[in-house]
Amino acid sequence: MTLIDLANPTRFLALTARVLPWLAAATVLLLAIGLYQAALAPDDYQQGATVKIMFIHVPNAWLSMFVWGVMSIASLGTLVWRHPLADVAAKAAAPIGAAFTFLALLTGSLWGRPMWGTYWEWDARLTSVLILFLMYLGLMALWRAVDDPSRAARAAAVLTLVGAINLPIIKFSVDWWNTLHQPASVMRMGGSALDKSFLIPLLVMAIAFTLLFVTLHLAAMRNEILRRRVRALQMMQASRVAFSSEIGAGARGQNASNEVGAA
Amino acid sequence: MSLGPYASFIVTSYAAAAVVVAILIGWIVLDYRNQTQRLREMEERGITRGSGRSAMDAS
Repeated sequence: MTLIDLANPTRFLALTARVLPWLAAATVLLLAIGLYQAALAPDDYQQGATVKIMFIHVPNAWLSMFVWGVMSIASLGTLVWRHPLADVAAKAAAPIGAAFTFLALLTGSLWGRPMWGTYWEWDARLTSVLILFLMYLGLMALWRAVDDPSRAARAAAVLTLVGAINLPIIKFSVDWWNTLHQPASVMRMGGSALDKSFLIPLLVMAIAFTLLFVTLHLAAMRNEILRRRVRALQMMQASRVAFSSEIGAGARGQNASNEVGAA
Repeated sequence: MSLGPYASFIVTSYAAAAVVVAILIGWIVLDYRNQTQRLREMEERGITRGSGRSAMDAS
């Protein structure tokens, strides 16, 4: 099955019906393994047991940016290639991305209080992620504000691509400015700075959360396709009612003129 | 497994993640039921697609 085949929503629905149970099972399995490994991971020599928050915080932080990246590619699909499912993908991803970003902020804050002595600091990393969260909410509001999905899609696609500027700012904020947040320790030049006892559970949890996103995203896309079918049927019914009432009015008008003529 | 003096922060983080993920899953499942229910009701009232195929058709 090619990407062009998936442009057909009916084929996409058939694919998701087959794939979703397997994806859900793989997600549950990997999450269980990741949580087990996270529970068994040793305490950090400086942070103690609070390092366990990392196994939740970091995957959510990665996904907060990854989901916006997916939405940006989907936005290109809307504006450039006009792929029929591109705006469906972008719209379905926004609430999921917002949830991951919220979790990244919340768990970061809960990690920050015992380690930094504060829940929040207006530094570059924290503020740029907060802006990302607000942009997710803004996009969701935009989708709800415009009734016609195709009109909303173009506006949302432009906003998403403009918002993508924030992604490198988030990534490099810890290098460009002085922040409380630690610099990159997993994806960096020279390899990971984490010990394997932390790195392996972290990677398992990251893959598990990514699978969770893929599963939820496909399910949300399926819902959006069905929602658009409901809307299309409602519009078709409304136009049929309007057409039949026009015919009725025309027939009544014809009868009236015949009666006038007869009189 | 001892979580030390900051156990409440660790437990709250994991609990918050579980609650948010559960809300996401619940929202998506309920939304699916809602959309399929609406489509079924419309088909029962005789409102069908131009192609004549079921709006829930995935084959």
